[in-house]
Amino acid sequence: MSRMQHIIPSGVIALVGTWVAYISFTQQPADAFLFPRLISVAFVALALWTFGKALLGWSKVGEGVSLELAKTIAPGLIVAGIYIFWGAKTLGFYAAATISVFLLITWYDGKPKAALSSWIRRILITALIITVLYGLFALLLSVYTPRGMFM
Amino acid sequence: MEFLYYFGEVATPMSMALLVGGTIGGLILGATPGLSPTMAVALLIPFTFYLAPVHGLILLGAAYTSTVAGGAVSAILLKIPGAPANIATTLDGHEMAKNGQGAKALQLSFLASLVGGLFGVFLLIFLTPVLAEWALAFGPSHLFWMAILGVTIIGSLDSKSVVKGLLAGCIGIWLGTIGYDDMQGVQRFIFHSSLGGGVNIIAALIGLFAIPQVIAMFAKGRGDAAIEAIQVQHHPIGDAIREISKRTRALGIGTAIGSIIGLIPGVGGQIAGLVAYDQAKKFSSESEKFGTGHPEGVIAAEAANNAMVGPSLVPLLTLSIPGSPTAAVLLGGLLIHGIFPGGDLFERHPEVIWPFINSMLLGQILMCAFGIWIASLAAKISRVPQSIMAAAVLALAVFGSYAVQQSMGDVYVMAVLGIGMYFLERWGYSAAPLVLGLILGPIAESNYIQGSLIAGATDGQFSYFFTGGLNLALVAIVVASVAYSVWGEVKGAKS
Repeated sequence: MSRMQHIIPSGVIALVGTWVAYISFTQQPADAFLFPRLISVAFVALALWTFGKALLGWSKVGEGVSLELAKTIAPGLIVAGIYIFWGAKTLGFYAAATISVFLLITWYDGKPKAALSSWIRRILITALIITVLYGLFALLLSVYTPRGMFM
Repeated sequence: MEFLYYFGEVATPMSMALLVGGTIGGLILGATPGLSPTMAVALLIPFTFYLAPVHGLILLGAAYTSTVAGGAVSAILLKIPGAPANIATTLDGHEMAKNGQGAKALQLSFLASLVGGLFGVFLLIFLTPVLAEWALAFGPSHLFWMAILGVTIIGSLDSKSVVKGLLAGCIGIWLGTIGYDDMQGVQRFIFHSSLGGGVNIIAALIGLFAIPQVIAMFAKGRGDAAIEAIQVQHHPIGDAIREISKRTRALGIGTAIGSIIGLIPGVGGQIAGLVAYDQAKKFSSESEKFGTGHPEGVIAAEAANNAMVGPSLVPLLTLSIPGSPTAAVLLGGLLIHGIFPGGDLFERHPEVIWPFINSMLLGQILMCAFGIWIASLAAKISRVPQSIMAAAVLALAVFGSYAVQQSMGDVYVMAVLGIGMYFLERWGYSAAPLVLGLILGPIAESNYIQGSLIAGATDGQFSYFFTGGLNLALVAIVVASVAYSVWGEVKGAKS
């Protein structure tokens, strides 16, 4: 893994730590931020230590993220992101879950896309997952989920 | 031996039916991410309205016992702890599952839960008056030191880098400070409306453990549908019994630590497994194998989780002090039926309390039997292809995190933390120390502030936090724990 792979994440964490420390030491009333101040000092110290190690090329732990890995997980992350941050509330929990489960199973399934039996299998599995979720959360636990456009 | 006199009440068909139903239901709910023991017990309270007090309590007791153990199923098979108490089980349990030893890990976890659970309930039966006084001795300074003790194990939980483990712990403690300050109601780090109520631990737990697993399954790509998420080989139960009988040190450490920590109101269940795991690792002759799928890691963690169940009820039954959220819900269940806990509870309502405690003894055995049966089904569960598993776990994570408080904010927090954790793991950070920081941070802060207020009105901070037998004992354990971690790090660097 390249040195830059270590520098970027440790730099981001060091920035977050510095921001936490800045907020903790500048916000009022001071009493409410006493504990965050204590923590932020340790946070910044450890983050800068890790960042320094990364800059010097001493960081060895971790595998990083290759371009190939990023390309492989990107479709799943996009579907999951749309499902969670838009679909669940707009379309309704069960409708959004049905669409995203079906898309994910279809995309990451290695079975041939042309075969009709594969599509029937995917539809049946999606229906089974949503039925179990509906039975558990809606019927058994009476969890009221956002309805959105559908349900 | 008065409890033996009331065993007949538990053996009635109605009681046994409720015990079996509560145990199976509890195992299923416990294995479902997002449904904690507290929620499982709370969900069953309405059913107890229609039951006699003794039957209602038998149902609640069975559910409490089995949800704690049931959380190990998802922790081992999916690396998603069913509840905070099962975090330590993921560390070696899931590694065992990845090595094809999922059935063995489940069998060991339920056998360890049985031993720990029975020991804890026997403590409740025989030593309640003594333990109640001991539990009362814990004030804010002691709880503060208990939380600090938990913090000291953060570094050693991350097997790859102590510094990154501590940094992850700091991030977790900072996340725990988000929301409104308890003392003055001041807003802290609320930079999005979803964070108004702070970071919910259950939602964070689902995100930090489930979402990285889902993304890791995406990362396997569009492989053959036959590729299994994990591989589970058949494992005879006799071998598991022989294995656990050889690992008595880990079993003893887990049982002892779970029993002691379970007694302490406000700290108990969530860290018992982690502290036991850490101590079992320190005392093991094979400590370097922890984190790679070592059976002792599973045994210590699960023995501790269930050993704390019995003692956690001591302050509740004798002093009316619910030591945990689950105990608070159980208190509600008692009050609904007109049973008011107190020192004379065992004289006022022996016909209700003794069958309740006896049912917890039987419940441990049933939990183990049904759990081992579930372990035999694990091989079938594990044959689910990665693409289906990833999609199902993602949907379950969304529903589970929403169900905690019926809040979309929790779902967003779950997703952001989960995606962030996946990338942090790629750079060598671990979720366990982060979650431990998130749990312990608020406990340490609130007890430090309470202690400081008491100290300000009495003899000063040093006197309050550093004098007294219990304070000094806890400080000594904290120092020993830190020294051992540093020694281990130096030894590791030299070798």
